[in-house]
Amino acid sequence: MNLSELLLSPFAYPFMFRALLAALIVSTVCAVIGSYVVLRGMAFFGDALAHTLLPGVALGYLLSGANREALFWWALGTSILASLGIGALTRSARLREDTAIGIVFAGMFALGIALISTVRSYAVDLSHFLFGDVLGVSEAALWRMAIFGGVVLLLVFLLYKEFLVISFDPVLAATLRLPTRHLENLFLILIAITVAVALQTVGVALMVAMLITPATTAYLLTHRLPAMMGLATIFAIFSSLIGLYLSYYLGIASGAAIVLVSTLLFAIVFLLRRNER
Amino acid sequence: MTMSSHPVHQLDQPLLDVRHLTVRYGESIALEDITFHLHAGERIAVVGPNGAGKSTLFKVIAGVIRPTAGEVRIYGSHPSHHVCIGYVPQRSQVEWRFPVTVEDVVMMGRVARIGLLRRPGREDRQRVRQALETVGLAEMADRPIQALSGGQQQRMFIARALAQEAELLLMDEPLNGLDIPSQESILALLDTLREQGVTLMVATHDLDQAARFFDRVMLLNRRLIGFGAPSDVFSQERLQRAYGGRLKIVQSENEQIALGDTCCQEPSFYEPF
Repeated sequence: MNLSELLLSPFAYPFMFRALLAALIVSTVCAVIGSYVVLRGMAFFGDALAHTLLPGVALGYLLSGANREALFWWALGTSILASLGIGALTRSARLREDTAIGIVFAGMFALGIALISTVRSYAVDLSHFLFGDVLGVSEAALWRMAIFGGVVLLLVFLLYKEFLVISFDPVLAATLRLPTRHLENLFLILIAITVAVALQTVGVALMVAMLITPATTAYLLTHRLPAMMGLATIFAIFSSLIGLYLSYYLGIASGAAIVLVSTLLFAIVFLLRRNER
Repeated sequence: MTMSSHPVHQLDQPLLDVRHLTVRYGESIALEDITFHLHAGERIAVVGPNGAGKSTLFKVIAGVIRPTAGEVRIYGSHPSHHVCIGYVPQRSQVEWRFPVTVEDVVMMGRVARIGLLRRPGREDRQRVRQALETVGLAEMADRPIQALSGGQQQRMFIARALAQEAELLLMDEPLNGLDIPSQESILALLDTLREQGVTLMVATHDLDQAARFFDRVMLLNRRLIGFGAPSDVFSQERLQRAYGGRLKIVQSENEQIALGDTCCQEPSFYEPF
């Protein structure tokens, strides 16, 4: 087998080609939103949010049974509710923010596992939710991912300067009379959409890696936010591509393979840059 | 499309009018029954011990937090629609590793005037460049903010307020932790701001600087203890009320009082970069 055959043959299968497109969409959206997640110190929030949608997806799974297409809408609905809910919880300062998030996220995750465990094919289905099933992405799912991912990217582009101000200096945002509360909530909704879009590709357990690992690697290499977003996208796409090859040729679970490549990239950049920052 | 209608300034009204302002955080009272007003072009130092409510006062004036009771008026109307109030944060409260350049930060001051869904235009870029030149940072425009010294960081935020076209500038401890040359360059810049008609309220620990460089001083410890010319406000009796026993008071021969806050002052030779 020559090189071009080695590189092209996996994607001769339609399901592999769809997996590739899905991974590219998810990589791009996660890298861009993830740049803000990293800069605003919301890694734990992102992790918690992904886990919190399990009961919603589980409920959809129990109610709509074999219809996998409906699961996206359950994931999206739960994700938006959970995102705004956790956001409101962190604003009411009775508990420490990370404590409040931790309690809610573990509780919701347990509820999700409990719901799924009532079904006979429990182990297989649960692992799809936890670790993703990128090889099972349908054409309809691909279109939904492209449309919702596109909306997220468009809003990040259109509201670039506003999101930059609320992230860097909330007090300035207030003195400029920006609609800070609405922008914060919109930002939470964009994270929620991103998580729902990425769910089938990486699953809830590895979601946080898609959000923060490429963005952090990029952060180590640049001093401008647009460059950080661009580099993060390149790292994420590269990781997805190599991850899918590893998955195909070595039989490694695809989500895990993608995250491992991404982590390796981070480690290399971190070691190369450790003396400079 | 602008995000808020900017109300007309009623110029016969004081620039800032604070009446019976009280702020409570839960059980604790941060500010109690504060009343004063400022006219355009004044330069005020706000002094008081740690926890006296200086930052809280600034945030209420800026419209960032709401008063529990009383009101703040800017040129006769509620502050929440005015974009003419600039706020220079304490340097310790800024994330200096954020991936933005000096120019990016100064451009942030234009965001409200640029308006939603628009990009910066020629006038915005020109204002940013002028502001950077005024504070002497034009050559640093493309540098990451991480690369700035303490004094440069402070000047960048002043440039941002200029780009914002701020008429009232609130500065929270701008001289804290700066070396003497940096302090002097900031104080010189405050003169330039006055020439441009910017009204200044500056929180400071340094009573000596407050007395030497400001028209009026405000002595604060949750309540307004004194507001007026430094020689009137800094009487031994008032200072005792503001600081209790934590203050060293030195009377020099020409009645210029030299003072030091023995509890809270950071050493002024500290320069982090």
